[in-house]
Amino acid sequence: MCDKDIKKLALAHLWVAFGAFGVASLLGFYQVVERSGLIPALKSPALYYGSVSTHGVLMAFVLTTFFIMGFGYHTAANNGAGFNRCAAWAGFWVAAVGTLLAALPLLTGNASVLFTFYPPMQAHPLFYIGATLLVVGSWVWCVLMVMAAGAWKQANPGAAMPLPLFATTGNAILWLWSSVGVALEVVFQLIPWSLGLVDTIDVGLARTLFSWTLHPIVYFWLIPAYIALYSFVPLAAGGKLFSEELARAAFVLIVVFGLPIGFHHLYMDPMQASGWKLAHGVGTYVVAIPTLITAFTVIASLEMAGRARGGQGLFGWIGALPWNQPMVLAAGLSLLMLLLGGFGGLVNASYAMNAMVHNTAWVPGHFHLIFAGTVVTLYFAVAYRLWPSLTGKAFRKPCLVLGQLWSWFGGMAILTTPWHILGLLGQPRRISSVEYDSPLVQSWGAYEAIMIAGGLVLLLSALLFVYNLASAHWQGEASGEDTVAYAEPLHPPGKIPALLNGYAVWNWVILLLMAASFGYPIAQFFLMKTFDSSPWGY
Amino acid sequence: MHINPLEKKWLFASLALVAVFLGSIFYTAFERNIHPPSHVETVDSAKLHLGGEFAEDKLGVVGQADGSVRVTLVAGRYGFYPRQMSVPAGRPVTFRIASMDVLHGVHVPMTNMGTMVVPGYVAQVTTVFPKPGEYPMLCNEYCGMGHDHMWSRITVVAADQWQPTATTKGSN
Repeated sequence: MCDKDIKKLALAHLWVAFGAFGVASLLGFYQVVERSGLIPALKSPALYYGSVSTHGVLMAFVLTTFFIMGFGYHTAANNGAGFNRCAAWAGFWVAAVGTLLAALPLLTGNASVLFTFYPPMQAHPLFYIGATLLVVGSWVWCVLMVMAAGAWKQANPGAAMPLPLFATTGNAILWLWSSVGVALEVVFQLIPWSLGLVDTIDVGLARTLFSWTLHPIVYFWLIPAYIALYSFVPLAAGGKLFSEELARAAFVLIVVFGLPIGFHHLYMDPMQASGWKLAHGVGTYVVAIPTLITAFTVIASLEMAGRARGGQGLFGWIGALPWNQPMVLAAGLSLLMLLLGGFGGLVNASYAMNAMVHNTAWVPGHFHLIFAGTVVTLYFAVAYRLWPSLTGKAFRKPCLVLGQLWSWFGGMAILTTPWHILGLLGQPRRISSVEYDSPLVQSWGAYEAIMIAGGLVLLLSALLFVYNLASAHWQGEASGEDTVAYAEPLHPPGKIPALLNGYAVWNWVILLLMAASFGYPIAQFFLMKTFDSSPWGY
Repeated sequence: MHINPLEKKWLFASLALVAVFLGSIFYTAFERNIHPPSHVETVDSAKLHLGGEFAEDKLGVVGQADGSVRVTLVAGRYGFYPRQMSVPAGRPVTFRIASMDVLHGVHVPMTNMGTMVVPGYVAQVTTVFPKPGEYPMLCNEYCGMGHDHMWSRITVVAADQWQPTATTKGSN
């Protein structure tokens, strides 16, 4: 099903994603060393904030978007859904040119506004224009995926859509909905203002629009990881998917409830009233349910596989699992990090408790566990899974693949533990060095040193990952593997209710929820007397 | 459709778990009245210095008739003004802060005194400092190359030793 052209398309996307990942990992290591203050010669806020901005953009926007597009095209083609390949390549080039345009001001220190943009800090217009093109390229992907799913349904009337295709379509719909917020901010506020067409900007409105995108984007990153958990992990463990129906329900819940929850990023902001924050907080807890379902279904699938392999007793099945399979190992490690990161997330999402940890080092500790831990570990595993069929080459040393996954997990543990402690000790997250003359900061020093060790392990692991892929691609021996298989459900889905086989109705539900949760909070800026920030550069 | 009985039990367990979390949030919000700072009030950041509440001679710590304390601050690159302040322990302290330039955040570590300071809006937060001591008051939102240096000192003194000053003029 997956011909040469599709493989080339997927490989192009994945190499851009992982190339960006390699560069961003180098910057990440520089950052932990710089902010520790142990090497005074490295001290430079200009370099540090330029580096943080580039690290964030490369990891959160470039790695994710290109990975999701490449994996999505591959998934659609492998599940019998066709799409226009010229349009797909056009989308690739739009996104790639956008990335290059944004990279110029980032690398020259003219876009040190972090990946969250933060008006009224102003970046060079090229940064906003480049970021917009990256999103436009991803919209091409979204439209192609939605059309591919529609064509599949027409060709297979009444049949249950394959789970990976169903989830990929859901992700495309989620991203179309969620990217509207940042698009409105960039097109109507940031670009005209950075070009000098208007002098001032309404920061409250800009932050509200960004929060529209800022949480669902996490689910945009997470859904491909969940696809791996549901579709690759049970098969790699030698078993079946415990429940296909509940998997579908989980994806629908993520798409619907992942959207109207952005205000938990604004809990500490003065421009939104507490009632709206509480409403978004409730939604945030509701969207924990699909993750709880996912953890259950994936662990149940693993348990069945372990017992089928002869595992006995309450926990014996764990030892019986094939932990030398990268996909199984990645699932185990990422579920562990999801559990710990999820706990931190529940604290962050807690309406009032958030005040203690807001903008402290606790927050990067949390999201590195979820994003760099859970999501990226599963991206690694997907790359390892697809590589033999995409490149036709096998990995020469499987122990290097397993070692890479273990070292990434170890590095994350060493890096994020001190971050969580520093957060509770009150260290702010976005500082390049500790300049406070206060006894409190004495207790911070040791943790900064541990973070360097974690950063070093992670950098080596990241380089090993890129090396593994490159050495297989260009020096590996023929793998003889041409197709990628997906896990079978324990019970064949048979007849699936329309609500779990498409998103037509759910789009209307999302529209209602978004109007209810963002309608007035955005309208208020046009109804009440607001003041823009001072003009930039005065 | 096929739903395993075990799945059903887990679904109920998940819902119950979320209900417990939300229940405790609702309890603290509605019964104990604990909310994040959400004071929707606009202010013209470009004109703070021209008069009104955030004019230079109005900043500082003021004791109120009801025993509470009000602290009026301006946040600007790179400091909170006034730079030093003294408040009593165990009494409600209300901070009112406006930014004169970009986005800032304020946090007093080891306490729940914190809020974002968004230009165009008055950030207001009320808290009680339980323990006397000297605390740094940090900017916790990236605001430019001098962000690391943006902090002030807040001294919490025992309530009976605290001198209510009227308006602390030019207290730098």
